[in-house]
Amino acid sequence: MTYRRRASPLHAARASVGCAYCAALALATLLLSAPVALGAVVVSIAGAAIGAGVSREIRRAALLALPLGLLVMAVNMVVAQGGLTVIARLGDVPVFGQTDVTLEATVYGAVLGLRAIALILCGALYTAAVDPDEVLALFRRFSFHSALTATLATRMVPVLARDARRLAEAQRCRPGPPPSRARLMRATTSGVLDRALDVAAALEVRGYGAARRPAAGRRVRRPWSRHDLAFAASAAAIVGLAVAARVANLLPFQSNPSLRAPVGVGGAAAAAAFLACALLPFADRRGIER
Amino acid sequence: MTVLSLDRVTYRYPGSDAPAIEDVTLDIGPGELVVLAGGSGSGKSTLLRAANGLVPHFHGGMFSGRATVAGLDTRDHGPGALAAAVGTLFQDPETQVVMGTVRAELALPLENQGAAPAAVARAIEEAALALGIAHLLDRPTAELSGGELQRVALGAALAGRPKLILLDEPTSQLDPVAGDELIALLRRLNEDLDAAIVIAEHRLERCLGFADRAIAMRGGRVVCDAAPADFLAWACESAPELSTPGGRLLAGLGIEPVAGVKAARAALRSRGMLPEAGERGAMHTRRRTPGAEPAIRFDRVWHEIDRGPAVLRGVSLTVGAGERVALMGRNGAGKSTLLRHAAGLMQPTRGKVRTAGRVALLLQNPSDYLVHEHVRQEASAGALATVGLGDPALRERHPRDLSGGEKQRLALAVVLDGAAGTNYQIAVVCLDEPTRGMDRRRKDELAALVCELDAAVIVATHDPEFVAAFAQRVILLADGAPIADGSPHEVLAGGTYFATETARILGGADGVLLPAEGVALVGRSIAPEAEVSA
Repeated sequence: MTYRRRASPLHAARASVGCAYCAALALATLLLSAPVALGAVVVSIAGAAIGAGVSREIRRAALLALPLGLLVMAVNMVVAQGGLTVIARLGDVPVFGQTDVTLEATVYGAVLGLRAIALILCGALYTAAVDPDEVLALFRRFSFHSALTATLATRMVPVLARDARRLAEAQRCRPGPPPSRARLMRATTSGVLDRALDVAAALEVRGYGAARRPAAGRRVRRPWSRHDLAFAASAAAIVGLAVAARVANLLPFQSNPSLRAPVGVGGAAAAAAFLACALLPFADRRGIER
Repeated sequence: MTVLSLDRVTYRYPGSDAPAIEDVTLDIGPGELVVLAGGSGSGKSTLLRAANGLVPHFHGGMFSGRATVAGLDTRDHGPGALAAAVGTLFQDPETQVVMGTVRAELALPLENQGAAPAAVARAIEEAALALGIAHLLDRPTAELSGGELQRVALGAALAGRPKLILLDEPTSQLDPVAGDELIALLRRLNEDLDAAIVIAEHRLERCLGFADRAIAMRGGRVVCDAAPADFLAWACESAPELSTPGGRLLAGLGIEPVAGVKAARAALRSRGMLPEAGERGAMHTRRRTPGAEPAIRFDRVWHEIDRGPAVLRGVSLTVGAGERVALMGRNGAGKSTLLRHAAGLMQPTRGKVRTAGRVALLLQNPSDYLVHEHVRQEASAGALATVGLGDPALRERHPRDLSGGEKQRLALAVVLDGAAGTNYQIAVVCLDEPTRGMDRRRKDELAALVCELDAAVIVATHDPEFVAAFAQRVILLADGAPIADGSPHEVLAGGTYFATETARILGGADGVLLPAEGVALVGRSIAPEAEVSA
């Protein structure tokens, strides 16, 4: 998955704001544990993906995250022994001993799995909708060379992936038995080293070896657009709502010894407000193309 | 006043006994456009690397003499320090574009120089407008075509307004349209900016016409440094592999060679030697001679990408045994896809491909085929001998140490090698862009090798001179379907992009493609007049 500039309000916002928006969603995922709250976060991410035109990328990430979520749930079912409602008795399992699967541990595992999925989707949204060069430019003030190295690594991933595809195709054209994996690995490594030398030479002639900190000239201030303001406000509201819901215990969740996840009027309103805060910035679609 | 001054420069790469450049002395003034000519391994790239400081600072090795760039001695100033004065463009666009977006790529050299943000923003705008890439500024570099990437890399080289621009075979990885566009752009930039340009290029006919000077290298030494016309005269006499087809045509007619199609045509016209355009005679000597049995048959082959375009659209073709076919067409026309279907790397979404035996496919990068430690391990002795790599000393070498042309031959030996213990004969040999980055001598060797193969040969290529040298039949593809299918004389003589330089000079007269054919045609057309005047 790579960043590609699209005509969307989130893409139109500056990278620092885009980062803040994705980070706010991730923070809410970590602060809230009620299924309704996590559901609101996941729906928000899905809505944001549609609003940003990256739903295909997020769907792909969700398909990759789903097995991890299920694994987290399955491990918790077996490992966690809390809860009063036994739904299966597995008997004496090596290493774990006497093992009972309880409804409470299963639901708690599902919540942990959902949280893991939501965090992965936040990362996917960031990757697909926030310009990595702009983000790295923010860090360049602190460590120019590290930021450039990170950019370079990002840039080389698709190049090396293409190289690998080419090598695989060439090997399919060889008659007879295919070469051993060790030989292929050696050939691949040689190719990567050749690439690395070429890139290093290109960086040298672009002045990388003599790189200096930017001159202390007057910075070009980019005016805050309506999308910068909207997503900054949205990120602040998401964090505020998540903290408030946590402090005021608006969306309580208990899984031991018995399940308890009541959704009162306050909790429902908080979830609805969360969705509104996360998705409203996408409603304004003026000036989204660049 | 010189921008680049080399004074008796000799350089030896680490671990090498022979110098890559030896006793090179030259001066290049501001605004000069200089073409650097020479075969592979002649020292062109090393000379450019000595001019931008990569030699010796990046590569190490032994350096003697003195190189000065815009008054800076390269022994004291490394490539980073010289970057403000010298912009460099290499061959491979993929590895010299290092940032994620075009805007960030153009900004990088200036940020490295510590330029103020306002100056960076302005330079990006100016470079983007000068190169016509303003619409690409926010595009990810991973999505750009080779031609676009090369323009972006040129923009990055120009962003700091250097006094000297060095280009090392910048069009070798591009299709002819993108290559011609890049050369035209350089020509305009040379006129607009006062930067000196030094361009190393194999296809001299592309850029000699507007150069101020041409420098030829051989064995690391400068063997000719002259104006383009004088260089051509020297090349026709002393280094035929460096002369252009137009130069050979004029020299064959006893006329002083000139650079460029327009000038060559004018030289012929002024002497009454320019045949009428479209004139047809008896020149079609290489008529298609298909074999009795088809070697491969494409029967209404479609290749439709899921949620994407149709790359092949109902292609129906038959190639006879032993026939030599060139597939031409712009990038994306479907040439490589057709070859992949021939070799079974891809399956048609509709239609069928039938072959009379095994199909050997050599893709664009020969290094991808080479995975062993010794040449002899890559292919059998018979296959190596077939491609001219039978020398015992060569068979002991590491494949990665071979020259570009030798690697190409070795990869060809790999795919030609029969599967052990089978009698499954090769019916078709497919080559995808085999002449990319090759000098003329290697192209001639490859054409001769291809002509010696018993199997049918299908070559996807953009190179009309190579096609004229080997093909019996040319198929022109556009949008996934053949739009022309005939002899090279029929297909190549009348066009511009898909025509040889000789054909362009003679306006397609009599379907002539090669200089020797052109000399014969002009000789025939002026002979009757000579009789009349006598």
